[in-house]
Formats: sequence, structure tokens, C-alpha cells
Amino acid sequence: MWEAVDIIPSKAEWESALRARCGDALYERFSAAHVAVCGLGGLGSNIAVSLARAGVGRLLLIDFDRVDVANLHRQQYKACQTGLYKTEALKANLAEICPYTRVDTVCERLTRDNAPALLSQVDIICEAFDKAESKAMLADVFAESLRGKYLVSASGMAGLGSPNGIKTKRAANRFYICGDGVCGTDGGMRIFAPRVMLCAAHQAQTVLRILAGEEQ
Amino acid sequence: MVKINGETRDIADRTLASVVTECGYDPARIAAELNGEIVPKSRYESTVLKDGDSLEVVSFVGGG
Repeated sequence: MWEAVDIIPSKAEWESALRARCGDALYERFSAAHVAVCGLGGLGSNIAVSLARAGVGRLLLIDFDRVDVANLHRQQYKACQTGLYKTEALKANLAEICPYTRVDTVCERLTRDNAPALLSQVDIICEAFDKAESKAMLADVFAESLRGKYLVSASGMAGLGSPNGIKTKRAANRFYICGDGVCGTDGGMRIFAPRVMLCAAHQAQTVLRILAGEEQ
Repeated sequence: MVKINGETRDIADRTLASVVTECGYDPARIAAELNGEIVPKSRYESTVLKDGDSLEVVSFVGGG
């Protein structure tokens, strides 16, 4: 029988393993990247975990909400974190999963007014909001004042439709949309963990592809 | 002629704002891309569609 150990890999071991996995060139690009995750629900919490594991060096997590029992069936929180702010709960989980990722948090609602300043330092923005109006708002702020960055958005991942319906589309210059484009929660459709995780994985993979220079 | 979401329409010389309204889109839930560039909503009124333009309008749906 093996025994669990409390000792985690050192930063040097961590870096060495990542370099061996993705090569020095990609390691440098991923570790130098600064990515914002706007909304920490089913999409955002899964995007953040994927990006941290892949070696993205710095994450900015933005959400105003607290972990609710109804979130636990599809979001990357633990039952014992119910009631905590999502920013602090996800930061704590990421610290356990990927202790050397730099994680900054903003525990407030992202709005048209505060978004340009809050997102001014990042390279890539992941839109992971729940409401269609919030998604459109962030796309408009991007169009208006954050054009030098990339926006990776999501639309349509509800229901029990085929997983193959989730696609990534380059909607415009530096603007990508992942999802099936159709299946929303507006008509009462529920969100299931695998399909929202698929969409989050599309978003995270798109971030890595942008960082790797494989934009199409 | 202007292409909207892949469909050719006779709407040249119209503003983006009027086309969005006429097509029944809810401006609060969309993003519009003209010839591969996203257009800020503040410019919908002043953007006049030209012959040969390609317009894509994305209607976001909720969920995340």
C-alpha cells in the first residue's frame, strides 16, 4: 500500500514537467500569458482549472457571486465551500491544484463602466457569464475599447443535446465564440456538467491556440 | 447587395442600426461583425452598409 504524502512538487519540478510536456517555446508563451476569466460558474470555473493546469502563468478571476448548493453539480467548487465568494473559493482550489499559478481576483460585478480598467492588463479575455445581455455587453466593450486583446466568448451549451454540437467559431478578428449558438437557458433549458465543461474546454483550448499562434 | 449571415439581401446604403431593428434583433443581446471586424454599438447609427459588405449578427443565448 502507498501512503499519501503532504509534500507537493517544488516549483522547479513543476516547471520542468511542464517544459517536458509542451516544449520550451510553448512553455514560455503559456507561462508569460495573462488571461481574464469573467464569470466563475460552469464555464469560468472549468476554464480557469484547464488554463492553470496547462501552465498559463497568470489568471484574473472576476465574479461577484457566492457558491450556492445549486452550483455544485457542474462548477469546480466543493460542498464545504458553499457560501464562500466564488473568487476566493476558486483561488483556494487552484492553489491546491496548481500552486505556482499566479491568481488575482476581483469580487465585483463586471460592468460596461469598470470593464475597460479591470481588463486593461490582460492579453486574453474569456467571457463566461450566464446572461445573454452580459455576453453582448462584454463583446461591445471589447469592440469599443479592448481591441488589442482577444475575446473568447460562449453561447449555447444548455440541455442534453449531442456533445458534437459544441463548436468554436472565429466570429471576427480576435473574437471567438464557442458553443452550439442555440441551446440557451432562456427557455428553461437546464445546464448539465459535461456539456458546459465541453464548452469551457473549447474556450480554454482556444486560449492556448491563440497563445501558440494557431489562431484559425 | 449585402450578405447577412450568409444570405444575400438588397440592403446597401442602409445603416447597421436600421437593419438590426428591421431584422428583429434585440440589440442588447447581439454582436455584429462587419467584414470580419466587430462593430461597437455606438457606431451602429453611423455605419452605412455598402455593396459587397458581409455582415454577421450573433444573437447570444443565456447559460454559463
